[in-house]
Amino acid sequence: MSPTAQTLNEPWGDGRDATRAVDGAAPAPYMNPYLAGIGLGLVLLAAFVIMGRGLGASGAVNAFVAWVVGSLAPAHAQSNAFLAEYLGDGTTHPLKAWLVFEVLGVFAGALLSGLLAHRVRVSVEKGPRVSAGLRLALAFTGGATMAFGAALARGCTSGQALTGGSMLNAGSWVTMLAIFGGAYALAYFVKWQWR
Amino acid sequence: MNTPFYKYGAFGDETSLVVAFVIGIGFGFFLERAGFGSARKLVSQFYLNDLAVFKVMFTAIVTAMLGATYLAWMGVLDLSLVYLTPTVLWPQLVGGLVLGIGFVIGGYCPGTSVASVATGRLDGLAFVLGLPVGTLLFAEAFPWIRGFYENGSVGVQTLPGVFDLPYGLVVFAVVLMALGGFAGASWIEKKFQPR
Repeated sequence: MSPTAQTLNEPWGDGRDATRAVDGAAPAPYMNPYLAGIGLGLVLLAAFVIMGRGLGASGAVNAFVAWVVGSLAPAHAQSNAFLAEYLGDGTTHPLKAWLVFEVLGVFAGALLSGLLAHRVRVSVEKGPRVSAGLRLALAFTGGATMAFGAALARGCTSGQALTGGSMLNAGSWVTMLAIFGGAYALAYFVKWQWR
Repeated sequence: MNTPFYKYGAFGDETSLVVAFVIGIGFGFFLERAGFGSARKLVSQFYLNDLAVFKVMFTAIVTAMLGATYLAWMGVLDLSLVYLTPTVLWPQLVGGLVLGIGFVIGGYCPGTSVASVATGRLDGLAFVLGLPVGTLLFAEAFPWIRGFYENGSVGVQTLPGVFDLPYGLVVFAVVLMALGGFAGASWIEKKFQPR
């Protein structure tokens, strides 16, 4: 079974009990992609103009891991060049970082948008042929894989592809093209997850 | 008026964290509006049923790029003060491939996974839990992969610098590429429309 155009534009499309959000209302359709892109671009532009930096996500994870390791094994964290960078000189809490607060904002903004459009509901997104448990395992694996890749590439889809892409950063374009390349190369082999 | 405001000392580090949260709200809001809290919507990019990822991302890139270029040309925004990650060719190429692989396995990227958790997706939560695990693996492996991590380091490089072309010409080329891509995306979507 392949998704129909209809289900792709619904938030869950898992065929369960129609598509009702936590508030019982039917979900609103998604925004036109070009309009959403302009909105996203203006947010990014605001970050450039106000802060002199762009958006990010994986950097917040790095700060979080540096804080956890730094709390449990301070000497080990300090001796690790990758983590030490996020610990700084010890005068500032590692979680008191720009990207950590930005990511908290991402959660709040997405929740706001989801509630306004009746798209908040507890669900596991998957195709009909995989169990929820397998889907969760794959999502966990994908998250770990992307975090590893982001550390290597010095940023993820937010920090490199989106931010660096719009600043014409050469390394960001290499990373962006490689992300699409890697995803397209493997897509066929994990299609069963969704169909 | 001189911007970036933060770089010109218009406000301090404490305030910058409030700015981070507010900008994050905008980021998360438009990610969710676009449907990017949904794994199926995101991965449809790689099965060619729905190219919203490309459309949203490149509209955002073009919007921010044109805005930043215009403000720089007006003398309002000093582009040299906007932070760019240095280019390190080989780890960014490999890191990008790993990011793409993780994307189709997990169904999200680090930023969009936050939007998915905010809208109740448990697979998104599993993805988010995987992120620090991947980062920790990278950090622990860092002493051994550090050589590769710094292989091909060429400092901050922009596309106009690499190809020795005027900045405006590269901006124009990216706009043309995006417009061609949007037309191509609509054509591909029709061809791969799920029934």
